[in-house]
Amino acid sequence: MRTFIGIDLGSTTTKALLLDENQDVLGRGITNSRSNYDTACRVASQEARIDARFTLFRRELEATDGLNEKTNAFLAALERYFRLEQFLEQLDDLESVCISQVEGERFAKIETGVKQALGEVFARLRDEAQDMFGPDATRKSDFFRDIAGSRYLSIAEEVARDADLAYDLLLNVYDKSIITVENRPPSGGMSAKFRNALERIQAENPDFAGAFLSHIERALDVELEETYLVGTGYGRVTLPFSKEHIRSEILCHGLGAHMMFPKTRTVLDIGGQDTKGIQVDPKGIVENFQMNDRCAAGCGRYLGYIADEMNMGLHELGPLAMSSDKPARINSTCTVFAGAELRDRLALGEKREDILAGLHRAIILRAMSIISRSGGIADEFTFTGGVAKNEAAVRELKKLVKENYGDVTINIDPDSIYTGALGGAEFARRAVDVEGEGVAA
Amino acid sequence: MRVTTSKSTAPEVAKDASMLKQKEMMAAHYDRLSNANENGQKVASTFVPGNLNELIMCFDLVNNLPEVNAIQSGLRRQSGAYVMEAERNGHSEDVCTYVKSDLGMMAKGNIGPNGKRLPDPDVLLLSYTGCFTFMKWFELLREQYKCETIMMQTPYMADGKITKNMIEYMVKQLKEDVIPKLEKVSGVKFDIDRLREYLRNSAKAEDDLVYVLQAAKNKPSPIDAYFGGIYYIGPIFGAFRGTKDAVDYYRFLRQEVEARVAAGLGPVTPEGEMGEEKYRLVVEGPPNYTNFRQFWKMFYDEGAVVVASSYTKVGGTYDFGFRHDPDRPLETLAEYCLGVYTNRSLPMRVDMLANYVEEYQADGLLINSIKSCNSFSAGQLLIMREVEKRTGKPAAFVETDLVDPRYFSAANVKNRLESYFQMVDQKRSSGTSGVAA
Repeated sequence: MRTFIGIDLGSTTTKALLLDENQDVLGRGITNSRSNYDTACRVASQEARIDARFTLFRRELEATDGLNEKTNAFLAALERYFRLEQFLEQLDDLESVCISQVEGERFAKIETGVKQALGEVFARLRDEAQDMFGPDATRKSDFFRDIAGSRYLSIAEEVARDADLAYDLLLNVYDKSIITVENRPPSGGMSAKFRNALERIQAENPDFAGAFLSHIERALDVELEETYLVGTGYGRVTLPFSKEHIRSEILCHGLGAHMMFPKTRTVLDIGGQDTKGIQVDPKGIVENFQMNDRCAAGCGRYLGYIADEMNMGLHELGPLAMSSDKPARINSTCTVFAGAELRDRLALGEKREDILAGLHRAIILRAMSIISRSGGIADEFTFTGGVAKNEAAVRELKKLVKENYGDVTINIDPDSIYTGALGGAEFARRAVDVEGEGVAA
Repeated sequence: MRVTTSKSTAPEVAKDASMLKQKEMMAAHYDRLSNANENGQKVASTFVPGNLNELIMCFDLVNNLPEVNAIQSGLRRQSGAYVMEAERNGHSEDVCTYVKSDLGMMAKGNIGPNGKRLPDPDVLLLSYTGCFTFMKWFELLREQYKCETIMMQTPYMADGKITKNMIEYMVKQLKEDVIPKLEKVSGVKFDIDRLREYLRNSAKAEDDLVYVLQAAKNKPSPIDAYFGGIYYIGPIFGAFRGTKDAVDYYRFLRQEVEARVAAGLGPVTPEGEMGEEKYRLVVEGPPNYTNFRQFWKMFYDEGAVVVASSYTKVGGTYDFGFRHDPDRPLETLAEYCLGVYTNRSLPMRVDMLANYVEEYQADGLLINSIKSCNSFSAGQLLIMREVEKRTGKPAAFVETDLVDPRYFSAANVKNRLESYFQMVDQKRSSGTSGVAA
C-alpha cells in the first residue's frame, strides 16, 4: 500500500509518522535526536513502520473477528514479544561491541577475566529481559540506552565485585560501546522478529496464536511502499533530502494542528529550542507566525535544564508544580540564569513546588507574548509540542488564555508531539495526490 | 557586462561592472578621507539621512560618514570587536550598534576600511534629528573631538506633510547657524552659485537612480532593490551626491540596468545570475551587515528577489518626485532633509510600503527588524499587520542587527524566511485552486 511519511527532526527528539491514502495515521515513531539526525531519522521511521504493522494487524483483526478482549490481549502480547526480540537483538550487538573493546595495554593480563565478566553481565541481562517485557512490567522509557543502561550498570557492579575486577573497566567498556550500538541503523528483518514473537506466544499458549496466525501473516504481507517523504524541523537541512522534500516546521505544525482539530485558528508550539505562535486559516494554511529569536528562553530546553538542576526527571516537574498553591513570581526565563535563580530562591527558603509553578508560569507568559505578536488567539486554539504534555504548563496556559482572550476552546492532542510530523506526512500525500491531479502544490 | 573578481581566500564573487565601479569610488573616497590632513583638507562628519553633501562641498570639506564607516566595519567583520570595545568603555548592550562600532573603532585607533587612520573631524554637522540617537552620538563625538558641532533641527513629518513653516524654520537655521559656522571652520566663503551647480548634478543622478530602482517593476526584476540596492545607493547617499562622478556612475548604472531589462535578465547575485524569479518581496528595515552575503543567499537560493525597499530611501525618497532644485537652493536642502524615509510618520510608512506591494506586484512584505534600533523598530509589527490587511498579501518578520554579529542567528533567520516563502506558495496555490498544498 502507498504510505506518506512525515519526519520532524526536532532538537531533542525526532518523530516520524506514516499516513495512508485516506489521511489516516498508520504509525508513529519517536527517538532521541542525539547529534546524529541520519540515524535518528532511520530509527524513528523504523519505529513508525513497526507501529504501522500493529495498525494493520488491528485492522485485519477488526475486519474479521472484531476487536475484543481476546484480540487486544493477543496484540499486547505480540507487541511485548516483538519489543523483547528487538531488545535481545540490540543486547547481542552491545555485547559483541563491548567485547571488541577489550584489548590493548589496559587489559593486559585481565583480558580473559573481563571478557568472562562481560559474558556474565549479558547473560543476566538476557535472563532479566523476559521479565522486563512481561505482561505487567512497566518500562520508564522505550529507548534502548535507558532500559539497558541502568541495568547494565547495576549488574556490572555486582559482577565486578564478585570477580574482583575494577568496576571502572566494565563501565568504561560500556560507555565506549553504547553510542556505537545506539547510532547503528536498526537492522531490517522486521517480519522475522514478528514471526519469532509469534512463536513465543504460541509456545506460551498454542491455541492463542493459532487462531490469529493467518491474519497476522496477511498483514505482514502488505508492502508498505514509501510513496513520498517530507522532512521538517531543525535537522531538515542536514538530511539527504532534496529541496522538494523539505517543508518548514511552521507550515507543518500549522497543517498538523489543522488535521488534528480542523477548527484550529491559532497554534502554540513549544518545542525543545523554539516557541512558535502560528495563525492558520480554515484550511490550515499559515497566515502569520512569530517565534522566539536568538534566545531559547522559555522553551522546552529550559525545563530540561531546570530538571537537571533539581536532579529530577523532566516528566516529574509538572506533577510537583501542580502541588503548589502559591506559585513564586519569576520574571526571567533566561536559561543561562535559570540555575542561579533557582539556587537563590531555594536558599531563601522557597518551596520547590512553588518555584517550579512560578517557572511554568514564566514560560507560558513568554509564549503568550509570542502569540500576541503573531496576532493573538482566535478560537479554536491548539497547543502542541513536548511541553503540551506538561500539566502544570497547561494549567498556566488555560488561566492566561482565559484572562486575556476569554472563553476559547483549547485543544491538546495526546499525540501532539507528532503534530509537525503529521503535517509533513500530509504535505507528502498532497505532493503526490494533488500534484498528480495537475494542481500546483 | 559582468566581471568576476576573485580573492585568494573567498570563493569567486560575481559583480556587475557598476558594482566594481562603485567599489572603486568608495575606495577613492576613503583614500581622500585618510589623506585629508596631508592635503590640507578639513573634514566634516555627518549622517546619511538628510546629509547636506552639496553644502559641505561648497566649503571644500571632506565628508566623513560614521554610519558608513560602521557598515564598512560590519562588512569587513571588524564591527564585533569594535562593539565589544565600546561596551568595555561603558556603553550598554542595547545602544545602537552603529554608534558602538564607531566609538569602538575610534578607541582602537580609528583605522578605516582602507587600513589607514581616519582623520579627526573639524566639524560635526548633524542635519537630521529624526533619530534621537544621532544627537547623543554627536554629543559623544563632541566630547571626544572638542570641535565645532552644528545641530540642525529637522521637524518631524508627524502630519504627513511639509509645511511652509517647516521650510522657513530650516532655511533660517541654514542661513543663521549652519552656513556661518561652516564658513568659520573652513575659512571658505559661501558661494550660492557653486551650491546651485552641485544641486544640478544631484538632480541628474537622482533621475537615473529612480529609473534604476523603478526598473524592478519589470518581471523579472533586473535588480535586487535591497541587497543590490545597497550598492546603488552608496554614492548618492554618501560623499558623492552633487559630484560629476555621481552623475557618471548613475548614468552608467542606468545603462547597465536598461540592458538587463532589454535582455529580460534578472539580478546578478554574488554567485552569478540569479535563477528563476519565484518571489517578489518588499522589504522594510536595514539589512544585516555582518552576515550580508549569507543573508542575501537565503533569498536568492530560494528565488526571492526584493523589488522595493524602504532602506534605499533613508537618504532620500526620490521616487516620490523630489529632486534637488538649483533654483531654490536652500529650500531644496530643507525639503530634502524633511522628506527622507526616516523622517516619515508611521502612517506614511504604511502607505509607502502598501503601495510598493501593489505597484511592484510583490508577493508580500518582509520586515527585517533591527535589535539595537529603538527608533525605527518601534511600530514595525503594526506596520506589518496594516500592510497585510490593505494588500491581502502575507507578511513576515525576521530579527537581526546592523553590525553586531551576536544578533545574527542564521538558523533562526533561515527558518523564518523559508517558512515565509512556503507560506507564499501555499497562499498562491490555495488562491488559484482552493486546494492547499
